[in-house]
Amino acid sequence: MALLDVNNLSISFGGLRAVDDFNISIEKGELYGLIGPNGAGKTTVFNLLTGVYKPNEGIIRLDGEDITRKSTIEINHCGIARTFQNIRLFKQMPVIDNVKVGLAERYKYSALEGILHLGKYKKVEKEMDEEAMRLLKVFDLDKERDTLASNLPYGKQRKLEIARAMATNPKLLLLDEPAAGMNPNETGELMDTIALVRKEFGMTILLIEHDMKLVSGICEKLTVLNFGRVLCQGETKEVLTNPEVIKAYLGE
Amino acid sequence: MKIDKKTKSNLITYGIVVAAFVLFTALASTGNLSSHMKGLLIPMTYYAVIAVALNLCVGILGELSIGHCGFMCIGAFTSAFFSKATAEILPSGIRFFLAFLIGIAFAALFGFLIGIPVLRLKGDYLAIVTLAFGEIIKNIINAFYIGIDKSGIHFSLKNAMELGLDEGGEVIVNGAMGITGTPHDSTFTIGIVVLLISLFVVLNLINSRDGRAIMAIRDNYIAAESTGINVTGYKMMAFTISAAIAGAAGVLFSHNITTLTATSQYFGYNASIMILVYVVLGGIGNIRGSVIAACILYLLPELLRGFSNYRMLIYSIVLIVMMIVNWSPKIIEWRKRTLGRFGFKKNSGKEIA
Repeated sequence: MALLDVNNLSISFGGLRAVDDFNISIEKGELYGLIGPNGAGKTTVFNLLTGVYKPNEGIIRLDGEDITRKSTIEINHCGIARTFQNIRLFKQMPVIDNVKVGLAERYKYSALEGILHLGKYKKVEKEMDEEAMRLLKVFDLDKERDTLASNLPYGKQRKLEIARAMATNPKLLLLDEPAAGMNPNETGELMDTIALVRKEFGMTILLIEHDMKLVSGICEKLTVLNFGRVLCQGETKEVLTNPEVIKAYLGE
Repeated sequence: MKIDKKTKSNLITYGIVVAAFVLFTALASTGNLSSHMKGLLIPMTYYAVIAVALNLCVGILGELSIGHCGFMCIGAFTSAFFSKATAEILPSGIRFFLAFLIGIAFAALFGFLIGIPVLRLKGDYLAIVTLAFGEIIKNIINAFYIGIDKSGIHFSLKNAMELGLDEGGEVIVNGAMGITGTPHDSTFTIGIVVLLISLFVVLNLINSRDGRAIMAIRDNYIAAESTGINVTGYKMMAFTISAAIAGAAGVLFSHNITTLTATSQYFGYNASIMILVYVVLGGIGNIRGSVIAACILYLLPELLRGFSNYRMLIYSIVLIVMMIVNWSPKIIEWRKRTLGRFGFKKNSGKEIA
């Protein structure tokens, strides 16, 4: 059974059918790309998957569990983590605390223990620090642990956002245009990071991207969206040579 | 054991408060403090306490509240009512302790009730609602008449005669005349202890799992939600704690004055803005700054009395200078350089708490 199974997903904003009859099935461990022209509804699909919008029709199943009507928070707890097109970090907090916010659901102590710094506080905080440092090391951010997130260079902010998403221990990671605004060098580094995430954590990834070098370089399967509808779906090579895709998106 | 940077920063904050306490006590006991100045010490502590409370709401949670004096008002009246009603029954120590619990509990309750509808919303709604709350609570209390006699508590919204008290009964809350004769239990020492406890609660909260969640919501609630943070729950938690601490300030307030009335001088819009000024000039999100700013800015107008007519002029100049010193990037840079020369190491960017 597929890890993520989406059937007939649709949503309208007024008269606009932003996403229409969207289907996708992602197996565990796959790296799946979602591409399409601007305004095709790619980010709307992400917002539907993460509960920001509620679909008019359709069912979303994660690991067999129906998560269609769940809230953003519940969906995160079920195992979907995401990054954003325009980076959304906790800017006034140090790098390590950004990751520790992501860890909060797995490492718990009561509010009273937190306020009094008693009981499990010391032990759990230590475990959190260790786990956060382990994650930061994977993303090569361990030297910046006390830097404020807003003072990181752009490429590292992207990495930190992925690290924070990974801290919630997801089954599926959604990346919304991770290479946006990056130069070729940074994009190359990002591709390495994504490869690393797959290797280290065996993560299943769904990503939106316009950078064709990245898409053709690392995605195994693709879905092309156009005007809210699926234009083409399948193996990367086949999709990118499909004449309809070339006409609608890539250009002849 | 190695002390990490946050713990060190917290210890410095407690140290400053204790040092101020020792200094003022020494000055007072050696007779170097005028009786007028002595009278200002307790207000100074409760304004520092409420500044800490408001900074938790504005700086850490990132929600603007411009009616925090409303919570102080609740704490003041509920605790004063309790203290006066039990003045002859309980010994003063236990009574004052219970008064604190009651004042804090009621302020927290109101914070919670206001939070339920408002904190689900995103935007500036909290500012609007707290502004209204501060004004409304004042006017409602002004209409209350509550008395006690042998048969129990009597309540009226008309006047004291309507209470129909038995002989020997006592009017406790007398409408716009407020509560008269609350026992003077507040002392400078207790004020400092309450301030230290508030600091302990807020600073520890900031360095805990829940505090990080609260600051994450401040920085980016969309990202916080998709990281699995219960946004509404944590907002409620922070706001309720903030209201509770403001209530504690109210208890200190009411047990320091003879006649407690719900006037705008103490609980109105201007008073709330005054506390917001302490918070903003001390540095939003900087708890230690709030304490220092509250103490300096509270004492300053009184210390400037010698300048008579120019008093408020000088006060406003000081406000502007503080604003520049605390917020201008160039001055912050210069400050860091100068401190660095003396061997203080500061980490880059805004220091939190």
